[in-house]
Amino acid sequence: MTEVPIGTAPASLSQAFARGPRVRAWEMAIWIVALLAWFVLPRQAPMLNQMAILALFAVSLDLILGYAGIVSLGHAAFFGTGAYVAALFAKHWVPDPLAGLAVAAVAAALLGLATSVLVLRGSDLTRLMVTLGVALILYELANRFDGVTGGADGLQGVVMGPLLGIFAFDMGGRVAFLYSLSVLAVLFFIARRIVHSPFGYGLQAIRDNPRRATAIGISSHVRLAAVYTLAAAYAGVAGALLAQTTGFASLDVYDFHRSADVLLVLVIGGVGWLYGGLIGAILFTLMHDVFSGITPQYWQFWIGLLLIVLVLVGRERIGRLVRRLVPGPRQSAGPEVRP
Amino acid sequence: MLTILFDGVAYGMLLFLLASGLAVTLGLMNFVNLAHGAFAMAGGYLTAVLSNRMGVPFLVCLPLAFLFSAALGAVLEPTLYRRLYQHPHLDQVLFSIGLVFMSVAAVDYFFGSTQQFVRIPGFLRQRFEIAGVGIGAYRLFIIVVCGVLALVLQTVLTRTRFGSRLRAAVDDPRVASGLGIDVNKIFLVTFAFGSGLAGLGGALGAEILGLDPTFPLKFMIYFLIVVAVGGTTTITGPLLASLLLGIADVTGKYYVPKLGAFIIYSVMIAILMVRPQGLFARAGGR
Repeated sequence: MTEVPIGTAPASLSQAFARGPRVRAWEMAIWIVALLAWFVLPRQAPMLNQMAILALFAVSLDLILGYAGIVSLGHAAFFGTGAYVAALFAKHWVPDPLAGLAVAAVAAALLGLATSVLVLRGSDLTRLMVTLGVALILYELANRFDGVTGGADGLQGVVMGPLLGIFAFDMGGRVAFLYSLSVLAVLFFIARRIVHSPFGYGLQAIRDNPRRATAIGISSHVRLAAVYTLAAAYAGVAGALLAQTTGFASLDVYDFHRSADVLLVLVIGGVGWLYGGLIGAILFTLMHDVFSGITPQYWQFWIGLLLIVLVLVGRERIGRLVRRLVPGPRQSAGPEVRP
Repeated sequence: MLTILFDGVAYGMLLFLLASGLAVTLGLMNFVNLAHGAFAMAGGYLTAVLSNRMGVPFLVCLPLAFLFSAALGAVLEPTLYRRLYQHPHLDQVLFSIGLVFMSVAAVDYFFGSTQQFVRIPGFLRQRFEIAGVGIGAYRLFIIVVCGVLALVLQTVLTRTRFGSRLRAAVDDPRVASGLGIDVNKIFLVTFAFGSGLAGLGGALGAEILGLDPTFPLKFMIYFLIVVAVGGTTTITGPLLASLLLGIADVTGKYYVPKLGAFIIYSVMIAILMVRPQGLFARAGGR
């Protein structure tokens, strides 16, 4: 206790606050590589587009799981809502992509705000059941009102207008990828700023010890509701990007496997670390590509095996290994989730 | 009307049989095991293979299905599950989802993705009427079997030495092992027994619930509802919850075919909001 002089603690704390948001060299490298991929791999643009969307979805889950400790098995609820809202908005009202993105984000955020009440209380099990239940309810609703959503056949005939009124979406998906990547980058850096703000540190305090956090005056309910709403908006944007760039939305966007996949993506990349979502999305999509190439039908088997090995070996150990490879501050690598 | 009620009760009893093992692992041992349905599927497929391809009588298949799934549970518990008891719930969720994915893909690989049919013997296939209520013999059979098993379970848990040891091991593993109770062995036996019950349920339910590789995913939410809504302090809680769920599901599918599932999920969320510990849990109980 006495080894640390009293004066240093606040100084290092404010340093930590100041250092957090600074962009490191390796971070720049990641984004430059992503941009280079657009030039170097024009044929892979559709796959890269999927990666960017999945990464945004994973970042959204990381906000609530990694930083707030809310275990969700129904994050597809917001993804699907964003996708349907964007598709319907483009089909019946305005085909402008950015306007659709905003509308989808607002719709998903409202849903997030409404359902945040449900995840504030209860144990992990209750949260699992409630999030899963919300996603299932929306799935059933989309199935029931097939006059609006197109039901199992999906919503077809969504034609998007050109981006910013200039760049039309091409068949090769290059515009789509650049669009998704830009949206991902903007939202990513907003999220990065948020988790390094006092609000973000408050969330991590709640995650690590809710009672103590409340005792030192951090109001947990307001913060959890806020971050849940924010994450819902992010997931909604990811869903909207998918609907806009593929011109299609079907019941699949609400399916359970989406919620499970994004959980897996985040776990592969590392929970409680925003770049985890990005790295996980890249690895997951590549693995999907490779395994589907070998056995198209049974790739689920390998993904299941990977999950089990990952858990048994220990996520912390793998996470530490990944972070050792990445130079930079240790703060950005938050502690592991202990729900 | 009463026939629907009767079918609902049979369905509910079946759900209880399938979920009672989960009530123990999830409720008592506090392990979020989403892969419980995989054990049920194992029992169901064993029955399908034995009775259809090898001509083993259905009634002989049922205990075999129980033993098969119990053996599966007895192998997996000490090798995989036991390491994760102390892990956070997220790890348990990931692990069991992985297990579900593997089982779904493996069954698909060996048996194909088509629906499997289990041939039930003729005397169980007949229908008869009592006081104007049409009753299927098979459903009556299910109700009797599940009812007897529920009674046995309740007696074992509350009246026997094993039951009190299990409750002690769950309440405080350290103190229990300090008193000379072999906690690992108790958990192993319990887990295997729960898996066996699921296997038996899968074999019995193949006719009513349908049996294809996606079985563990399709019924995962139902098992979870039974346990979460029923609470875990007694056997009666999950039993009542599964009866409610069974009756609600069957009547819902009959009267409002497209909104049935919607109503069930909404009611589940509402109940969990009012009583996070479950409908029938005692205050302060685990």
